[in-house]
Amino acid sequence: MVKEIPLVWLPAAACTGCSVSLLNTASPTIKNLLVDPVIPGVHINLRFHPTIMAASGDVALKVLEDTAEELKGGYVLAVDGAIPTGPTAGYCNMGERDGEPVTIETRFVELAQNALAILAVGTCASFGGIPAGGSNPSNCVTVRKSLEQHGIDKPLINIPGCPPHPDWFVGTVATILLNGLPSADELDADLRPKAFYGKLIHENCPRRAYFDEHKFADKFGAEGCLYELGCKGPITHADCPTRHWNSGTNWVIGAGSPCLGCTQPEFMSLPFYEKLTDVQLPVVGADWQSKEAE
Amino acid sequence: MAKVTIDPITRIEGHLKIETEVDDGVVKDARSTGNLFRGIEIILRGRDPRDAQVIAQRICGVCPQSHGMAAALCLDSAFGLGDKIPDNARLMRNLIQGAHVAQDNVLHFYHLAALDYVDITDVAKYEGKDSDLNSVKDFISRGQLGPFMPRYEGDYRLPVEVNQMAAAHYLQALDIRRMGHETVAIFSGKIPHSVGIVPGGVTAVPTVDKITAFLWKVRKLQDFIDNVYIPDVLAIAGVYSDYLEIGAGCKNLLSYGGYDLQGDEADLTTRKRLFKQGTVSAADLKLRKLDMDSITEGVKYSWYEDSSSGKHPSVGETKPEYGKPDAYSWVKAPRYGGQVYEVGPLARVCTSYVDGHPEITRLVDWALAELKAPPSALFSVMGRHLARAISAKVIADSLEKWLLELKPGEPTYVEYEIPDEGAGMGLIEGSRGALGHWIEIKDKKIENYQAVVPTTWNASPRDDAGTPGPMEQALIGTKVRDKDNPFELVRIVRSFDPCLACAIH
Repeated sequence: MVKEIPLVWLPAAACTGCSVSLLNTASPTIKNLLVDPVIPGVHINLRFHPTIMAASGDVALKVLEDTAEELKGGYVLAVDGAIPTGPTAGYCNMGERDGEPVTIETRFVELAQNALAILAVGTCASFGGIPAGGSNPSNCVTVRKSLEQHGIDKPLINIPGCPPHPDWFVGTVATILLNGLPSADELDADLRPKAFYGKLIHENCPRRAYFDEHKFADKFGAEGCLYELGCKGPITHADCPTRHWNSGTNWVIGAGSPCLGCTQPEFMSLPFYEKLTDVQLPVVGADWQSKEAE
Repeated sequence: MAKVTIDPITRIEGHLKIETEVDDGVVKDARSTGNLFRGIEIILRGRDPRDAQVIAQRICGVCPQSHGMAAALCLDSAFGLGDKIPDNARLMRNLIQGAHVAQDNVLHFYHLAALDYVDITDVAKYEGKDSDLNSVKDFISRGQLGPFMPRYEGDYRLPVEVNQMAAAHYLQALDIRRMGHETVAIFSGKIPHSVGIVPGGVTAVPTVDKITAFLWKVRKLQDFIDNVYIPDVLAIAGVYSDYLEIGAGCKNLLSYGGYDLQGDEADLTTRKRLFKQGTVSAADLKLRKLDMDSITEGVKYSWYEDSSSGKHPSVGETKPEYGKPDAYSWVKAPRYGGQVYEVGPLARVCTSYVDGHPEITRLVDWALAELKAPPSALFSVMGRHLARAISAKVIADSLEKWLLELKPGEPTYVEYEIPDEGAGMGLIEGSRGALGHWIEIKDKKIENYQAVVPTTWNASPRDDAGTPGPMEQALIGTKVRDKDNPFELVRIVRSFDPCLACAIH
């Protein structure tokens, strides 16, 4: 007997990059996730995901509405994208009721209040990200903020990244299936699983030795640490240097580019190719050097 | 008169609503509504111009590479580098973009479009030994069929064993497109939202191990396109041959070419490219030269202030006015010489076909002969699928040559100063067609940024003259057999491969 865990995926003010990244999951593959019991005896029943689902229009929306009604407290809600609110809530609509468009904020609230738990997938859902950048023209808020605004108290896990590595999503879901919802000390202050976001890029960067020797690349393609070219590795929490992307093929710094800080709340507020300022930088060996000096 | 509304249109990127008026089984009127506005052009204002490449990619997670590439060309031109990009960088950009687009075309046919034609429930009757199909059979027997059910019911025409084979190809295509992304990452770090293409060139350096790794992934991609993708498109087009006759739309096509074969020509409209820049209309099938001054964006029926209507994108404005009377979409209405134009793989294949590109001519003529169809059949639902597959093959077949032209150790990047003031334009062919970015720089910051994206053209609402957009025109006049299961409408819409995050941005 296979246990079914219903999942619905709601796209808000998003670009679908989080979903495409999930398609890239290497092991389990996306086929394993959709079709097979991903953990022995447990199958994720992806009931609603507009990018891949067969149904369109009312046939699709009925699934969404039935899930909230019939499976109260028994489904997981994944959201990608930030949520437009206030007078600009109508900047993101999905479907109609009585001939009037339904805002994604309304859809989110209806689904969130009946969910077992909520996964904010990507930096837009977790921290506002792209649409909340600059003047935030659509008054986008994070999933966390929207839950607060509507007085909804549900377990929330942020899985940021622009997009998140598929392992971060799959690993978080697998953890829930195997061990239940994570305890508070398994998440950081930004509600990210420490298993994936516990360390700074800078801590495990293969160019770290260059940093410690103050050998900095002065242009793309040059040898050296990318700090002077704007690398956000020293403030960015993620395991990219050891995990690598696209089935372990490569990663950002592996392609000679500075880390852009995409898993961080401050992703959109820093210039990508300007050197970080006012940052406390760790130095390898600082501890023993100071002890030697004593 | 009955109203048939489909909201959301799924198996596309983003938030799209289609409304039609159906009278006596025929679509009399159609409206395409883009339903998400983020305002990325506004968000870009005041930033370091180099950030445009990072943020513009986030316009869309399905076609990020295309936006990164368009932004890089736009910044190259604003920084005076249009004819100074090193050959290694030009080739690596083609490789990154080409691998991305080819996998995207595979994704569209199998994972976005195919479920309109293929009945995967026939896998329940599978009796063979394919372990993937048997796992799908187990899945069906457990009874929880999301996301593959529910669906529109009725018009599935393939025999059981063909449905089973197509289901196996759907699964195989998941692996192939993931591998396509791995190929992109070799030179571009990661994808979606890659980092490799920057103004001035690329960030990575080509090495022999990476070239070899890329080569063998490309060969798998080529094998799949030649032996699975193209035969499947022909098979579906053969069985659903009425779709070679419907969904034509405006019959004017526009392409920016794409994939630079020349590095020393700054003019993107005349630079030698893999696909030909220009326009073609069904009326005479003649190639016409691109005139970039002919592009305007109207907003009379879009949720933007009327004062911003009719401008050229180099001075375009994005001033939201949600709820404006008579407006019904966030998509603007781009027009070329005031006329409605469709963009996409069909356009780039047709401009190259009428230009006499030998391989594209051979492929198009061969495919039409296989289907016993005239060239006019290209202007149809199946014509778009066929052109997309041919485009994927032409791109994938070009990658090996570009790889072998790379010279490890030679420059990949040219340094520059950000000018105090300047303007730039970047034109490429994204997966979904002609993509243009425009920038104005003031005090070394972005003063204005405008993107006119493939789906902005294709999913546009009426223009200021009241003429419907390409997708709307393709729907109008269509016979709908069952308005509760309007297969015809979704098949027409999906043949354009709409991308709404792109279209509105």
